[in-house]
Amino acid sequence: MDILYKIFIEPFVFMGEAPDLLIQTLWEGLVSGVLYALIALGFVLIFKASGVFNFAQGIMVVFAALTLVGLYEKGVPAFLALILAVLVMLVLAVVVERVVLRPLVNQPDIILFMATFGLTYFLIGFGELIFGGNPKEMITDALFLPQGTTELDMLGGMVRFQHLDIAAAVIASIMIGLLAVFFSKTRIGRALRAVADSHKAALSVGISLNQIWVIVWFAAGIVALVAGIMWGARSGVSFSLQIIALKALPVLILGGFTSIPGAIIGGLIIGVGEKIGEFYWGPLVGGGVETWLAYVIALLFLLYRPQGLFGEKIIERI
Amino acid sequence: MSFRKLGLGLAAATMLAGMALPAFAQDSVYVPLFTYRTGPFAGSGTHIADGMHDYLRMLNERDGGIGGVKLVLEECETGYDTKKGVECYESVKGKNPVIVNPWSTGITLPLIPRASVDKIPILSMAYGLSASARGDIFPWVFNPPATYWDGLSMIVKYIGEKEGGLEKLKGKKIGFLHLDAAFGKEPVPLLQELAKDIGFEVALYPVAAQDMQNQSSQWLSARRDRPDYMIMWGWGSMNGAAVKEAVRSGYPMDKFYSVWWPGEDDARAGGAGAKGFKMLNWHAVGTNFPAIQDIQKHVVDKGLSKASKDKVGELLYNRGVYNSLLIAEGIAQAQKVTGKKVVTGEDVRRGMENIKLDPARLKELGLEGFTDQLVLSCSDHNGHRAAFMQEWDGTKWVKISNPIEPMTDRVKGQLEAAAKDYAEKNAGWPKRTEACDKAS
Repeated sequence: MDILYKIFIEPFVFMGEAPDLLIQTLWEGLVSGVLYALIALGFVLIFKASGVFNFAQGIMVVFAALTLVGLYEKGVPAFLALILAVLVMLVLAVVVERVVLRPLVNQPDIILFMATFGLTYFLIGFGELIFGGNPKEMITDALFLPQGTTELDMLGGMVRFQHLDIAAAVIASIMIGLLAVFFSKTRIGRALRAVADSHKAALSVGISLNQIWVIVWFAAGIVALVAGIMWGARSGVSFSLQIIALKALPVLILGGFTSIPGAIIGGLIIGVGEKIGEFYWGPLVGGGVETWLAYVIALLFLLYRPQGLFGEKIIERI
Repeated sequence: MSFRKLGLGLAAATMLAGMALPAFAQDSVYVPLFTYRTGPFAGSGTHIADGMHDYLRMLNERDGGIGGVKLVLEECETGYDTKKGVECYESVKGKNPVIVNPWSTGITLPLIPRASVDKIPILSMAYGLSASARGDIFPWVFNPPATYWDGLSMIVKYIGEKEGGLEKLKGKKIGFLHLDAAFGKEPVPLLQELAKDIGFEVALYPVAAQDMQNQSSQWLSARRDRPDYMIMWGWGSMNGAAVKEAVRSGYPMDKFYSVWWPGEDDARAGGAGAKGFKMLNWHAVGTNFPAIQDIQKHVVDKGLSKASKDKVGELLYNRGVYNSLLIAEGIAQAQKVTGKKVVTGEDVRRGMENIKLDPARLKELGLEGFTDQLVLSCSDHNGHRAAFMQEWDGTKWVKISNPIEPMTDRVKGQLEAAAKDYAEKNAGWPKRTEACDKAS
């Protein structure tokens, strides 16, 4: 009975007793969730356009952030370094399209997936060669990202809001909004959706597959840069960031591989879910549940909606 | 394929293999250095690798090696990955290494049973299996100058003294933030035992390797549990991220302690808010030692080092220097006890058991005042030396305590039990047959 009490009653009693901590946990979860969503968005963009699960999205986050910080350390002014980092991501998109995607067109998806594995290890090695393996500090001051904390007395306690986290949430939301508008309202966005539906049909109406691929890889690169800046500002820029990017996998399972709103909602559910799970139920098993809880949440959703929350239901006639 | 082509191919392959191997002269000894300059732990590993390499390279450049014998140095990149580390070991063991430094507790553990079979001593300097301090049970493993258990007992002792005595810790809560790996879990049994004996409560906060830079949950939990003190057992990017999160969450930094692994970069990550963060250490930082100045002169200034000049003398760089000081001293002592110039792994094992780094010897080596003395013996492969507490003042580490001796009375029994337990659980664990030198 004691264990049942600890699982089903105690956490909720504690939520009621310390609502400030509940708010704090929800806030931390939302911030993580927004950042997960941002990373997941990079996966979604590429998957929508090419049906490729881009395993390299995580290292693109690190590579973009390292490029920015690396250029700044070489004496390039911060905002020029930011522009140059964007250009580097454009060059990367062009190179990926020319060297990886174009030669593999019409190959099975698994071949393209494996090619992104290769791209990952290339970028790890290339990044370490250029920037070294040492962690770097994100140039938060130079980019005028806000620092400091606002402490609010509420619900009988205190809730801390990091200004950087607020900025991360706002910037990520704007980014997501812009991308959503771009891909739903513009000509390129419509072309992207056409490519996502059928490569052959898109080609037949004159849409350039190669151009679309460059655009989505570039967009994914910009998303990676923003994610890298925000994660890097929170905890430093190092190659271990690419592992965090794999948290986007349960987000995608949950939200669907082809849905931008799915990536956002999925990110928030995973972010909040894992923080709440770790905080209230983690102590029952000695902590550390956050590592796998996201996958359990995704698995539960998968049982009921294999296509994810917003994914397209695939109906095939036999 | 014709025999001619096959012959040519084989000849080319042999030539390439020959080029890949380091050049061994007859009057040289081979010292592989297991390092990690890549991956999530490179932030710590790179500086240590530089310090290790540069000290030994300096001996080559300045003195022509040790006792007239050149050191053949070769790095093997492990990425702090146990599998890769074991691969490194397998790749170097055929080249007659005189000693192996795994630089990872995870890599050390699978190498321990191999050491006695391959006759290659293992130096796991202040890491690895604490119980391997027992030379009678682990004749091939050395972990000076203190074990993780010693380190933990020193922190608890220091905190206890701050409170006015160990007994004052009764009813207090100590949080233990640790990497969820063999290294981070190593001191947990002792911490729980101390908690039981002294009467404090322990809250464990494991950090998975993939979440090293995503620690907000752990620090939220710390806010819930309100530990009176926080002790960290972290490595790589975990340390800097933890300092940042501690500052972010408003945890009082003067109550935040760490074992001896964070470097300056980790403390700097927390900005001005990191002031007051404390950690154990047992050697000096800075370059104000003749041996380190010789490194600058003979290695760094000549472009033979991978370290940037401003990193020479920083904490983790000097930690690497200390590690290589032990390697060099093991080789020098081996030459002394065997009378041979070109020594083997078996000789260096004996040499390590004869290490006596007293103030006179440290002065002779150009490291006077760099560290406390260290004496190893046949039975004691650790030394269980004292460490001191240092505090981050916002720009540098400042020594804030006298030497803190480990709580030997509480640690020794546990250590012996763990060593015996290890030998019993590993069926067929060999009884020590290696003779002890009279001096040791």
